[in-house]
Amino acid sequence: MSDFVMLSLMPMVVGTAAALACALVGNFLVLRRQSLIGDAVSHVVLPGIVAAFLLTGVVAPIPMLAGATVAAIVAAGLIALVRRAGGVEPGAAMGVVFTSLFAAGVLLLETSGARSVHLDVEHALLGNLESLIWFEGLGWSALLDPSALAAVPPQVWRLIVVLAIVSAFVVLFWKELVLGSFDPVFAATVGARPALFDAALMLLTAVVAVFAFEAVGSILVVAMFVCPPAAARLMTDRLVPQVMWSLAFAVLSAVGGYVLAGYGPLWLGYQSSVSAAGMIAVVSGLILAAACVAGPRRKGTRSIGAPA
Amino acid sequence: MLKRASVLPEPTSPLDVSAPLSVRNLTVAYQDMPAVSAASVDVQAGSLTAIVGPNGAGKSTLLKAALDLIPRREGRVAFWGRPFKAARRRVAYVPQRAAVDWDFPATALDVVLMGLYAEMGLVRFARRRHKEKARAALARVGMGDLADRQIGRLSGGQQQRVFLARALAQDADLTLLDEPFAGVDAATEAAIVDVLRDLNAAGRTIVAVHHDLGSVTSIFDRVILMAGRVVAAGPTAEVFTPDLLEATYGGRLAVETFPEEGRRP
Repeated sequence: MSDFVMLSLMPMVVGTAAALACALVGNFLVLRRQSLIGDAVSHVVLPGIVAAFLLTGVVAPIPMLAGATVAAIVAAGLIALVRRAGGVEPGAAMGVVFTSLFAAGVLLLETSGARSVHLDVEHALLGNLESLIWFEGLGWSALLDPSALAAVPPQVWRLIVVLAIVSAFVVLFWKELVLGSFDPVFAATVGARPALFDAALMLLTAVVAVFAFEAVGSILVVAMFVCPPAAARLMTDRLVPQVMWSLAFAVLSAVGGYVLAGYGPLWLGYQSSVSAAGMIAVVSGLILAAACVAGPRRKGTRSIGAPA
Repeated sequence: MLKRASVLPEPTSPLDVSAPLSVRNLTVAYQDMPAVSAASVDVQAGSLTAIVGPNGAGKSTLLKAALDLIPRREGRVAFWGRPFKAARRRVAYVPQRAAVDWDFPATALDVVLMGLYAEMGLVRFARRRHKEKARAALARVGMGDLADRQIGRLSGGQQQRVFLARALAQDADLTLLDEPFAGVDAATEAAIVDVLRDLNAAGRTIVAVHHDLGSVTSIFDRVILMAGRVVAAGPTAEVFTPDLLEATYGGRLAVETFPEEGRRP
């Protein structure tokens, strides 16, 4: 069992924290019908993260965030440019810019020195959960041992801090987020500053995408933004319970996905395990599928009120 | 025939500081297409005013521009002589029902509580007195029993009443409504009219964008006629006249007096 603490505990903590942070933000993205913003952001930030790594030579949060922010600004500018120069509709402009920047990020990774270190294509796409080994984690008692805790992979603390920031933001500005999601026009008239909180939500989405990138990779992060909240919406008609369900689904996806990836193939008689991040996304997708089939509040079960 | 238009305020005249809403020379354009041109009008305190005009006449746009929701190309706006920012707490706005997603996971009570946002303040939550106030507002529009129902499970008329209850919770001196009677049932229309009359009797000012020419005279004591510009404004008896309506609607009047399905004549 000491193996578990050393090899599996930290990946599960990181996966869970990433899934929770994504789900918290994702609830509002789904309600605003902006789910794909998470996808877009996670794609756009890749070249920024790689460029930051190439410039600084380290995988550190501040340069990565700075790079991601610059990439997001460049993306916004490019979208405006493509729209104006090409005269295409905004959706097409976004689609082109996001995928191009993502492709540029992948090329940058492959052709640069970044490849030889932690950043390589596979990890960028699928995350690097399995590498989060806690070498000092020789048993559960290590959780109380300061010297062992000092050897916890830094990604763990980063994601816990991100989760704390996201949680505080959602709790403190709950009213503003809800009002801005439901009725931004009314929100503006009562001084709830919907534009400001919209921008804050986008910034937070970018922060979560950048940090979750380390855990579950840049493609699969979108599953964490969308699947738990979307499944939760099918479970209830109230927002607070919806958020609670989404958090439960996030934990279930992260823990269940990790365990299935590590042990599932063995149970089936295969010798090797599969990608944990991939399995986490698969589990979140299966939860969404189950909610679609059996969720008490899925569309088909709704009674439409008396006719107008 | 356009004699009445001459009683409109001059575009360069000072704002009426006693009026709940005073507008001078307001011009709004969507991508170079003017939606409202040089509108100047005063809303009289204590009035129940209809804004009437054909589709695309800039009625909703006038309200939204006054509330700083969309940029103004030109013009001045004041609420009791002050900018909207400073008068926010005295103004309630009821958007068009179609402006929001009613599938949103919220109850009628949740939505009405949003009207108490300014009262609750930043990073605070609804307390019991807020909930009591919100329930009272719902009861006033005949929705007391449906407070805990998810808004997507309400009929269109009930949803409109939830919006009105949210405005009631704001306890505003001036309430601006964007098509409150669009697509609602007869019971809802009667309930809304009752509430607006009550508010008006208590000295509150009501301004509603209104489509149904047949009910203007029975509900509203003043009318603003719009067709991109303000054609005329004043007491219903003086402004809601065949020649001014003709000037407002042009050849489209015949169509509008026999509205399509869903609107009561």
